Amino acid sequence: MTPSHGPTDRGLSVVIVESDRDRAMLIVDSLREAGDFDIHVISEATGLARHIQAHNPDVVLIDIENPSRDTLEELALASGPLDRPVAMFVDRSAEGLTDAAIEAGVSAYVVDGLKPDRLKPILDAAVARFRMFQRMRTELAETKRALEERKVIDRAKGMLMKAKGLTEEEAYALLRKTAMDQGRKVADVAQALVTAAGLLS
Amino acid sequence: MTATRLAVGFIPLLDAAPLVVAQEMGYAAEESLDLDLLRAPSWSSLRDMLVFGRVQAAHMLAPVPVAAALGLGGAGAPLAAVSVLSVNGNVIGTSRALAARLRDQGHAFGFDDAGAAGRALIAAAPQPLRIGVPFPFSMHAELLYYWLSALGLPAPQGVDIRTVPPPLMAEAIAAGEIDAFCVGEPWGSIVVEQGVGELLLPGRAIWSFAPEKVLAARTDWATAEPDLLGRLIRAVWRAGRWLDAPGSRSLAAEILARPEYLDLDAEVLDRGLTGRITIAATGEQRDVPGNLEFHRGAASFPWRSQAAWIAVQLAARTGLDRAAAARTGSGTFRSDLYRAALAATKADLPGASAKLEGALAEETAVASDGGHLFLRPNRFFDRRIFDPDAPL
Repeated sequence: MTPSHGPTDRGLSVVIVESDRDRAMLIVDSLREAGDFDIHVISEATGLARHIQAHNPDVVLIDIENPSRDTLEELALASGPLDRPVAMFVDRSAEGLTDAAIEAGVSAYVVDGLKPDRLKPILDAAVARFRMFQRMRTELAETKRALEERKVIDRAKGMLMKAKGLTEEEAYALLRKTAMDQGRKVADVAQALVTAAGLLS
Repeated sequence: MTATRLAVGFIPLLDAAPLVVAQEMGYAAEESLDLDLLRAPSWSSLRDMLVFGRVQAAHMLAPVPVAAALGLGGAGAPLAAVSVLSVNGNVIGTSRALAARLRDQGHAFGFDDAGAAGRALIAAAPQPLRIGVPFPFSMHAELLYYWLSALGLPAPQGVDIRTVPPPLMAEAIAAGEIDAFCVGEPWGSIVVEQGVGELLLPGRAIWSFAPEKVLAARTDWATAEPDLLGRLIRAVWRAGRWLDAPGSRSLAAEILARPEYLDLDAEVLDRGLTGRITIAATGEQRDVPGNLEFHRGAASFPWRSQAAWIAVQLAARTGLDRAAAARTGSGTFRSDLYRAALAATKADLPGASAKLEGALAEETAVASDGGHLFLRPNRFFDRRIFDPDAPL
C-alpha cells in the first residue's frame, strides 16, 4: 500500500456495502491503490444503518441497484449531538463526479462538509470498478437472454419436427422463413408457436 | 406526429398504476407521449434518477418533495408534486406472534377502528415496538407517528421505526427484525401470502383521505417544459379516471402483474386494488371501501393543504419551525401547474387550492368549475382538524 495522495487522504474512513465478497474485495483493492483509506466492508443487509453508524465512516459506498440503500436514508435524519450528519453526495458542480457515479451505478454517502477534492480519489476508483461491474451485468443479462432464446427455438424446432415430420434443418428453415415473411425475429416466432401449442394442449 | 419519449421512473407497487395504465391503455399516446417506464430498485435511487435527469418524472412518496424543500434528506434539487397519483392504499400488519398476542387479549381484527387497533397494539407490543416502513420520508411513517402519538405512545421516542424496502418486508418480519410494518400493497398481502404475518389495519382508518404517492418532477424541468408536463398530467389524469371506473381494477391487476411491472400473481394484486383484503393466512377477508383511490373526489388534485400537513408533521419531528415549514412545504404541491394542464379538459376542478384537512365526515359537495364536484370523506381517526393557515 503506497500513500501516494499525501496526508489529506490519511485516515479517511470508507464503508463499502456489498454482499458479494469477490466484488467487495475488488473495490477494496482499487481503493487501496488510490490512497491510504481506512476501509470496512459490510455484507449483511439487516441492521445496515446501525452497522454503519457503529463504524462512523466519512464515506459510504453502495450499489445503486441495492434495495437496502433506502435504509441509509435514515442516517441523513440522525440529529443527535454525537451523530454525524450524512447526506448523499449531490454537489452537481464538482466536476461531474456525481453524474459519473450515478451512471456507473454507485452511490456515495458522505459526511456533510467533506471537501470534494478529498472524495475524488475514492469516487474515481469506485466508479472505475462499478463501470466494470455494470459491463459484466449487461453481458450476463445478454448471455441469459441468448440462452433463453435458443431454448425456445429448440423447443419450437422439436414441435415442428414432430408435427410435420421435418428434419431439424427443415424445421429451422421454416421458422426462419416465417420470421422473414412477417418481419419478426426467429425467437419471437418460436415463442409464439410454443405459447400457442401450450394453449392448445 | 411522432410521440415524444419521456422517461418516467416507478417502484413496483399498486399505486404506480396510473403511470402504467397511461402507457398501456393509450392515454399517453393520445397526448403524443411514449412513456419509457423504468422500474427503480429503491426510493432513494428513484429520487436521484429524477434529480440527475435520468428520468423526467417519477412515482414518488408524497412527503419526499416536501422533505426536500425543508432541507431534510439527501435530495439535491427542488422537486415538485405536479399531481397526486393515489390516495390511501397502505396496510399495517404485525408478525404472527404479535397477532396471536393481540387475539389473546381479545382484539377482534375488525380492520376499521384505528383507535381500538392502536390501543390493542400498544398493550400487546414488546418494548420498544419495532415497525418497518419503506422510507424515512413516507406517508407510512407519518401515519404511524400520528396514530401512535395520538394514542399516547410518544413517537418517535417510544417506537423504533426502521426502514425496510417493501419487497423485503416479509423477509424482515419472518426474520424477527421487526414486530410490525406499514407498507403499500401488494407487499402487505405478500406477507400474508407467505404466512409470516397478519394485517391489522388499512392506512385509511387513520386518515381517510391521505395523499399517498405523487407524480414528481424536478421543479426547474416542470416550469421549463409546460407543454410536455401538461401532456403528462393529462395522460395520467385520464388513466386515473379509467382506474376508478367499475370493472377496470381486475384488468389493471393483470397489466400490473406483467414481468416488466410488478412481476407478481395478479390475484394478489387484485386484493389491494379492489379493497377485498385477506388479512391472515386462514383466509379471513375484510372489505375496505376506498382502499386505493385514483380519481374520485378530485383524488389527483395536489392540495397545498396536504403538503402543509406533511410539512408540519416533519417539522414537529425534526425540530423545525412549524409555521415556516407549512409555508415552504405547501409550495411543493403545484396545484397551479395541475390546473394549467387540465384547464382545457372536462376535469371538474375545485375552486380552492387548500382546505381544512380532516373536516369532512361524509361525501360533500364543494365549489368547483363545473359545479359537480363531491369530495370524499376526509377524517383523521381522532377527529382532529388541520387548518393549513393555523398549523399548530
